[in-house]
Amino acid sequence: MKIQDIKESFFIAAWFILLTFPIMVIQVNPIENIIEWRWWNLILVGAGSFMLSFVWRYLMNRKAGQKRKESEDAEDIPLTQRLLRNPRFFVPALIVLGVFVFAFPFLFSAYQINIMTTALIYVVLGLGLNIVVGLAGLLDLGYVAFYAVGAYSYALLNHHFGLGFWTVLPVGAFMGAMFGVLLGFPVLRLRGDYLAIVTLGFGEIIRLILENWNAFSFGPSGIANIPRPGFFGVDFSLEASSRYLYFLMIAMALFTIFVVNRLQNSRIGRAWIALREDEIACQAMGIDKTKTKLTAFALGATWAGMVGVMFAAKTTFINPASFTFLESAIILSIVVLGGMGSIVGVIIGALVLILLPEYLRAFSEYRMLLFGAIMVIMMVFRPQGIISGVRRTYQFKGKGDKAVKTRETVKQPAPTTDHS
Amino acid sequence: MEPILEVKDLTMDFGGLRALDHLDLEIDRGEIAALIGPNGAGKTTFFNCITGIYIPTRGDVVISPPGKKRERINGLKPNHVTERGMARTFQNIRLFPSMTVLENVMIGRHCRTRSGIAGAVFRGPGTREEEQAVVDKSYEILEKMGLSRFVNELARNLPYGAQRRLEIARAMATEPFLILLDEPAAGMNPQETYELDQLILRIRDEEGISLLLIEHDMQLVMSLSDRIFVMDYGKKIAQGTPEEIKNNPVVIKAYLGEEIDA
Repeated sequence: MKIQDIKESFFIAAWFILLTFPIMVIQVNPIENIIEWRWWNLILVGAGSFMLSFVWRYLMNRKAGQKRKESEDAEDIPLTQRLLRNPRFFVPALIVLGVFVFAFPFLFSAYQINIMTTALIYVVLGLGLNIVVGLAGLLDLGYVAFYAVGAYSYALLNHHFGLGFWTVLPVGAFMGAMFGVLLGFPVLRLRGDYLAIVTLGFGEIIRLILENWNAFSFGPSGIANIPRPGFFGVDFSLEASSRYLYFLMIAMALFTIFVVNRLQNSRIGRAWIALREDEIACQAMGIDKTKTKLTAFALGATWAGMVGVMFAAKTTFINPASFTFLESAIILSIVVLGGMGSIVGVIIGALVLILLPEYLRAFSEYRMLLFGAIMVIMMVFRPQGIISGVRRTYQFKGKGDKAVKTRETVKQPAPTTDHS
Repeated sequence: MEPILEVKDLTMDFGGLRALDHLDLEIDRGEIAALIGPNGAGKTTFFNCITGIYIPTRGDVVISPPGKKRERINGLKPNHVTERGMARTFQNIRLFPSMTVLENVMIGRHCRTRSGIAGAVFRGPGTREEEQAVVDKSYEILEKMGLSRFVNELARNLPYGAQRRLEIARAMATEPFLILLDEPAAGMNPQETYELDQLILRIRDEEGISLLLIEHDMQLVMSLSDRIFVMDYGKKIAQGTPEEIKNNPVVIKAYLGEEIDA
């Protein structure tokens, strides 16, 4: 430990004290009209940031060391990948996970089931957006619009025509896809920042329409009394119905994982990735850019539309406030934090980002602070996300002749898929 | 010899700048042709114009793929040009860096395969067969290009020379009748350049693919080409066999400037 490090940490501590002074130290008591000075907090912040700055420096140094090692040995596969590839670890883990997922609603309270269902909704949203952002590389900041389209499809169709959940589920998916194409057309020529801004605008337009077109969407007061999904006419108690919703969401998540996994290792999936990697080369290799972009937008939006129906059925009440830009930002964070293009990563990302704030409620006032800190730390130390996407590899027997046999060995393992 | 590519009166204006000036050019079947000229002569612009990346201001680009109809292709999108059998590589390597080598070549098969979303999701026998064929064909091409040991390597981790070859492999996967190579030897050492020389000859002789290359390495150009086109300031200033070009005073002037009389 050098004297210079201590000096630096001292300044960091001072800086943090200054930054957090207004919220951590000064507290206005409006009842007695006095200001309370919580000097003890000042010392805590100072000491805490002083200590943490050493941990930070240590981690930074280690990261720099790692990078050097990586460049020497590019073959090195990260630990998470090795674990995921190893069937001896993977299969039992999957069984344990399966049992846990099944037993979960019978072991925990309705509150826990509810947040888990919400988290699963975000898993599906994340996987859907992963098609657009992670695979096709199209930065979409208005993804929540499709979610809103799905939710309002169910709410309105039910309100006006009395259509049930199961009827509207495919309709919601279809509406999502339609709006995906609708957004896709004007943004075909755009990429990067420009695309992000236009999609952001699109998301806001949808929200503003829902908020202001009272005759159509009942404005900010929203739509209430949306029926929960039916099950062959059986009436559930509140608790049983939350379990039922949970299992529905599990089924939907598995279905999504299955489809997305198959898509990403297909002809279409490769075209998306090629589009992300290099648009000009992708076109020069004979890929229709227009078609590829539109399918990415449409397929990504399909999931949002579908899960929007689910959301409306779960909460039984929707209004435009559920579909703000913040939602889009959270879904995007899930994809980026989890690891772009990686199914397992996105699932973990969704669970972490949605469950963490719930379980951090114990630290109520600091939870968003902690949440932000975790995000910053993640992006500094693992910019590729929790689990980075892996490309599928092939094994070839026999050298030199045509008789090559292929076998899939590695790829992102996902619970439902059978690798033929 | 029947021409497979005919370019007539091709002109490209960028605002007030005329990058291509009434250019005529013809490639015959089975030919290795080269397009040379000083920097900024418009060679890459020419490639971009005939592959659909730019839409030329004037002129015609006509292809006659072996066994197919003669067709005017200017104004077509790049992917349609590739579909019709004209593939290209890029001056600054444009691979898909985070895809594997095999996948890079598999992308080339995209326009020769059909399976769609439903096929991908249900993975029926048709799709599986097609996918297998794509993998097999891509591997075969990699073997021919001497890249098979890199199959599962990410494209970005490849040595420079191998990246250049992978670009050619990817172009070959689209089943072209003509490949346009944009400075394939740029940045290569003499050994790699020699290997490239052999490779290009093999592509022509074994695959029957014609090639047009932009290149600055004169040794390579002279040893490979059946015909050379020389450009300067967007104009074609000469064309002929390597021997003719070597001794053409106009070409020498374009490259070295005017001789000052002593």
